[in-house]
Amino acid sequence: MLEIKNLVVQIEDKRILNGLNLTVNKGEVAAIMGPNGSGKSTLSYVIAGKEDYEVLDGEILLDGQNLLEMEADQRAAAGVFLAFQYPLEIPGVGSMTFLKAAMNAQRKARGEDELTTPEFIKQVNAAAAQLEIPKDMLKRALNVGFSGGEKKRMEILQMALLQPSFCILDETDSGLDIDALRIVSEGVNALRSPDRAFLVITHYQRLLNHIVPDTVHVMHGGRIVRSGGKELALELEANGYADYRESEAA
Amino acid sequence: MPAVQETIDQVRSIDVDQYKYGFETEVEMEKSPKGLSEDVIRFISAKKGEPEWMLQWRLDAYKRWLTMKEPNWARVSYDKIDYNDIYYYAAPKMNPAPKSLDEVDPEILKTYEKLGIPLREQEILAGVEPQNRVAVDAVFDSVSVATTFKEELKKAGVIFMPISEAIREYPDLVKQYLGSVVPVTDNFFATLNSAVFTDGSFVYIPPGVRCPMELSTYFRINEKNTGQFERTLIIADKGSYVSYLEGCTAPKRDENQLHAAVVELIALDDAEIKYSTVQNWYPGDAEGRGGIYNFVTKRGDCRGKNSVITWTQVETGSAITWKYPSCILRGDNSRGEFYSIAVSNGMQQVDSGTKMIHLGKNTTSRIISKGIAAGKSENTYRGLVSAHRKATGARNFTNCDSLLIGNQCGAHTVPYIESKNATAVFEHEATTSKISEDQMFYCQQRGLSEEEATALIVNGFVKDVLQQLPMEFAVEAQKLISISLEGSVG
Repeated sequence: MLEIKNLVVQIEDKRILNGLNLTVNKGEVAAIMGPNGSGKSTLSYVIAGKEDYEVLDGEILLDGQNLLEMEADQRAAAGVFLAFQYPLEIPGVGSMTFLKAAMNAQRKARGEDELTTPEFIKQVNAAAAQLEIPKDMLKRALNVGFSGGEKKRMEILQMALLQPSFCILDETDSGLDIDALRIVSEGVNALRSPDRAFLVITHYQRLLNHIVPDTVHVMHGGRIVRSGGKELALELEANGYADYRESEAA
Repeated sequence: MPAVQETIDQVRSIDVDQYKYGFETEVEMEKSPKGLSEDVIRFISAKKGEPEWMLQWRLDAYKRWLTMKEPNWARVSYDKIDYNDIYYYAAPKMNPAPKSLDEVDPEILKTYEKLGIPLREQEILAGVEPQNRVAVDAVFDSVSVATTFKEELKKAGVIFMPISEAIREYPDLVKQYLGSVVPVTDNFFATLNSAVFTDGSFVYIPPGVRCPMELSTYFRINEKNTGQFERTLIIADKGSYVSYLEGCTAPKRDENQLHAAVVELIALDDAEIKYSTVQNWYPGDAEGRGGIYNFVTKRGDCRGKNSVITWTQVETGSAITWKYPSCILRGDNSRGEFYSIAVSNGMQQVDSGTKMIHLGKNTTSRIISKGIAAGKSENTYRGLVSAHRKATGARNFTNCDSLLIGNQCGAHTVPYIESKNATAVFEHEATTSKISEDQMFYCQQRGLSEEEATALIVNGFVKDVLQQLPMEFAVEAQKLISISLEGSVG
């Protein structure tokens, strides 16, 4: 599904990713853990196509397509979805308006017909109910004045409606209380399927109790330094990232 | 990243010049001699078959104008205008004057069809609910070529006709109100207009009448080297209501053309006037060649108690806009409102805003201005809120937001606040923002293209004002804003 080979990325002459290699298979939930500044968020932005980053080397393939040659919106239409750590506010644009515009833009890019309004509303209502999103939240301008938990639920709602094939969750657990964490995790788990892969970026084991990963990768210094099964997350929780910092010092 | 470079190239290659109304109509024209003189004014007055008092009014204005200087305080720059290099009157040859649409030159009818303005009542009626009808006065260069639904409006007592006709048919009403809001001596361009105005609309709503349909005037400049000097006068008598909309377009030309209009609104006791403008004059090309100079004086007088005047404007066209639709809040408890969206792209220059002059007790005003600057344009909001000594309890709320797209444009806010009454309460809020790269990335990550994302964010930004427009025009205006900003990203 997703193959990253020898990815080297810098921003303003500062090297962030140093020859990163990563493969995520169809149906797999891969967790990426690592200390602050290890390049986790950069990785998610580069996959999604944010422009500030300079890719010096390497490639990112999604089902064999070279993502680096595509614009962010083309990558979205190809199936890449990024649930932001800090979702952006769009003043004056109703959440429903935004959802419809996004869904139709992707359909258009794939050569499909636009959704009819009744079909759109049906889909939104079904997805919103599962995420315990009240109707009045959908009437408000996108993310404007939303609490941290509301913003994250809105991200997962968009993920559910856009039906991406490759989902990146960037620190989705940050700023969530226990209840919100449960709702968001259930929303994500409901979307797990043999055709869809997830890259779950997090500092903490906590999220992985709810969204149980198939593989865990430790990121440090802009590359993957260790990979393993879900037990690796527990080990990190117990020992912290100190081992990796020391290996860097040595 | 090669993909990024490609986008930049694509965006650069998009022609900023997306103007869709730039065609020209081939029709035989009759013009005054070039330039401005007493003789030209006599020529115009004679063409309109005006009474002597009107001619005298014009000549007095002309004498006054000769002593005046062009204002230079606005934040706009342009080459000196040669006022003797302009035709002040140009009209399609129509002898005798057409009595019905069947006698109007088919080329002119086609022009309005192309612009999407139907002039045949049967066509307007087809498929439109009676309450959604719009009566149109179509002004082509210096003359009104057609006015629809005149008869039906007359039944309701509403007078809706070209002002040149009103001068002949309702001289007393015209004499009483013309120049009573914008005096002949008001400013350089208004005085010029008073001397040479050619056509525009006249509206009178009798006491207690709610005008049964929207009224509108569609201004079209067609002829080369011609100025358009529109004069509109709207009177809402006691307890009446009217909603009026104007639209404007012009062909693409390399030379600049002058549009110096005067609009006067008078609302008597308990009357309400809603005046909406969708201004889409030719803005000039990407290098700033050509385009309309839109130097306009618009003012409403809330003359009666509890009267209301609302200005709503969507300004996307013109090379230069100099325009401050204002309200004089004379009647006690009267209310003035100004809602504006001013979009500038390419090399356009906008200096626009409003004046709210509080004279009466408990008068209120509200100003919502949204300026959007893209390309290399300059966009200035200039507004005055003042309270007179007797304006006890006056209140104003002002909100001015500017949005910048790209890094070569400018947005400026110049508020003037004067209060001579200690009980007046004025609030002013202003923000300037840029569409952030993060917002763009967020929208694009969800699948919206750069253009779609910009349009969506801009529409969110102007929503408060669009809501003020009549429904069908709001949709048009929204499209117009998107078109005006095409090619602005990069």
